[in-house]
Amino acid sequence: MAILDRHKIIERNATLLLVLSFLVVSIGGIVQITPLFYLENTIEKVEGVRPYTPLELTGRDIYVREGCYVCHSQMIRTMRDEVERYGHYSLAAESMYDHPFQWGSKRTGPDLARVGGRYSDEWHIDHLTDPQSVVPESIMPKYAFLLDRVIRPDHIGERVRADRAVGVPYDDAMVQNAVADFRTQADPFGDAAGLQERYPGAQLRNFDRQPQLTEMDALIAYLQVLGTMVDFSTFEPDPNR
Amino acid sequence: MMSDTPRDPADDHASPANPDNQIGLGRQSADADHAAKIAGDIPPRTAPDAPVTPRAKARRAGKRHGVAQQETPSTGHQWDGITEYDNPMPRWWLWTFYATIVWAFFYVIAYPAIPMLTQATQGVLKTNARTEVAAEIERFAQANAPVQTALVAAELDDIPADPQLLGYATNAGAALYRTWCTQCHGAGAAGGPGYPNLLDDSWLWGGSLADIHLTLQHGIRDPLDSDTRYSEMPRYGTDELLEPTQIVQVAGYVRSLSGLDHDAADAAEGAGIYADNCAACHMDDGSGDRGQGAPALNDQVWLYGSDPETLVRIISQGPYGVMPAWSDRLSEAEIRSLAVYVHGLGGGE
Repeated sequence: MAILDRHKIIERNATLLLVLSFLVVSIGGIVQITPLFYLENTIEKVEGVRPYTPLELTGRDIYVREGCYVCHSQMIRTMRDEVERYGHYSLAAESMYDHPFQWGSKRTGPDLARVGGRYSDEWHIDHLTDPQSVVPESIMPKYAFLLDRVIRPDHIGERVRADRAVGVPYDDAMVQNAVADFRTQADPFGDAAGLQERYPGAQLRNFDRQPQLTEMDALIAYLQVLGTMVDFSTFEPDPNR
Repeated sequence: MMSDTPRDPADDHASPANPDNQIGLGRQSADADHAAKIAGDIPPRTAPDAPVTPRAKARRAGKRHGVAQQETPSTGHQWDGITEYDNPMPRWWLWTFYATIVWAFFYVIAYPAIPMLTQATQGVLKTNARTEVAAEIERFAQANAPVQTALVAAELDDIPADPQLLGYATNAGAALYRTWCTQCHGAGAAGGPGYPNLLDDSWLWGGSLADIHLTLQHGIRDPLDSDTRYSEMPRYGTDELLEPTQIVQVAGYVRSLSGLDHDAADAAEGAGIYADNCAACHMDDGSGDRGQGAPALNDQVWLYGSDPETLVRIISQGPYGVMPAWSDRLSEAEIRSLAVYVHGLGGGE
């Protein structure tokens, strides 16, 4: 009964109960979360993963804004059916520059972790404009308005700096050229070499086939880079993962 | 519905003379009997209820007839006169709880669990999701290896003649088609505006097994494949190569090639424009050129549509259909299976 009597002290003192509850929850957090920061095999080193280009980053923000993650995951699990349908299982390193990550928790539509290059830009335009025109069975809503929404790089410098502040390795040249790179990626006459040097493997073209730069350009640029950064022909999985 | 309102004897729906009303009237009579019986069973209340004190409540529970009741001990807690029973937890719940603790103990030993300095404990079972999925994929690859090796080793044109290879390639190709191709070419391979129909005899880049195979390997206008099939129709309107009236005229001539309704004057004007700008790829008679993916314009098969508005739009803006190259995503055996499947859909040459 002695323990119960002492327990009564906690039960009758709300502040003490709050402080002790916080301590108990903290222990759970320290045991489960802290090791992820120092364990060497949490994020294995993988060649090829680079920060998003300014246009891809803008497309990613549109992806988040429209809530694509509510129906589409970006996480191919280590199961044969998923690997055979979507491609190589996702690696932690592939989303290490995602803030926040878009792994998702529900698949009403298919996984998009490796959708890059799987469809043509035209298909994405047709599909985002009217999904049922190409996939009659689809229940996806229409996003035709993306074609009409012109985007400007007014805040892209700050946007890149914000990601740098949380650990994405954008260097000074990337930040300085953010506005130019934003326009160049969809402009065949821009400084393509500079963009390619800063963001190896970046795809440059007019994604939405319209003269002006729209949200459709940005979203397709983002979709077309998803899952394409790592060359899996040379990837060796860490045996102790 | 039965109701308490007096019945009108003249109303046929309530009349006892109507045999259809027997069930309803019988139920109404039984309801009245029950109500009287229930009213008679309620004992008269002689005094108001006494307030329930904890002790009295416990005592009353013990006096219930037919059930062996023991007085439940109290925890001793009391809040404003409300006390708390100290009932034991259900046995089944308690033992399940203990079992989960024992389970957790063995789980921590068997599976990766405790984070150490450089990595977490790996568990005595040495389970690893990555090696497991790799092993499972390898198991299926091994099972398919003989027929896939034979498929890759065979001459492409000999595959349809070999029943075993044909059967495997058709089934595997159908599964691959449903995974990778339906999104553009449709579940039934009938295509859609801008996405070619694979069932008919009209091919943009050729319908032989070798042509389909090459298209699958390297795609069409794939920006990431240097060996991709490539051609680009000029954007006659966007780049101002032709006047808008000229585009309408040439569209009229294109419609005349396949016998569709057209403005005769437009078509006559358009014939010359066609000869100067279009015939190099689409040929004088509109039969097209598969060497550069130029579709035939003299048949009834239209990739984007045959109505004048669509033709004007396509001539103005230039079509630029892209098909991804599949050699990076699919194995040679898979690409050959797909080629055989698509070839066998009906239009194969």
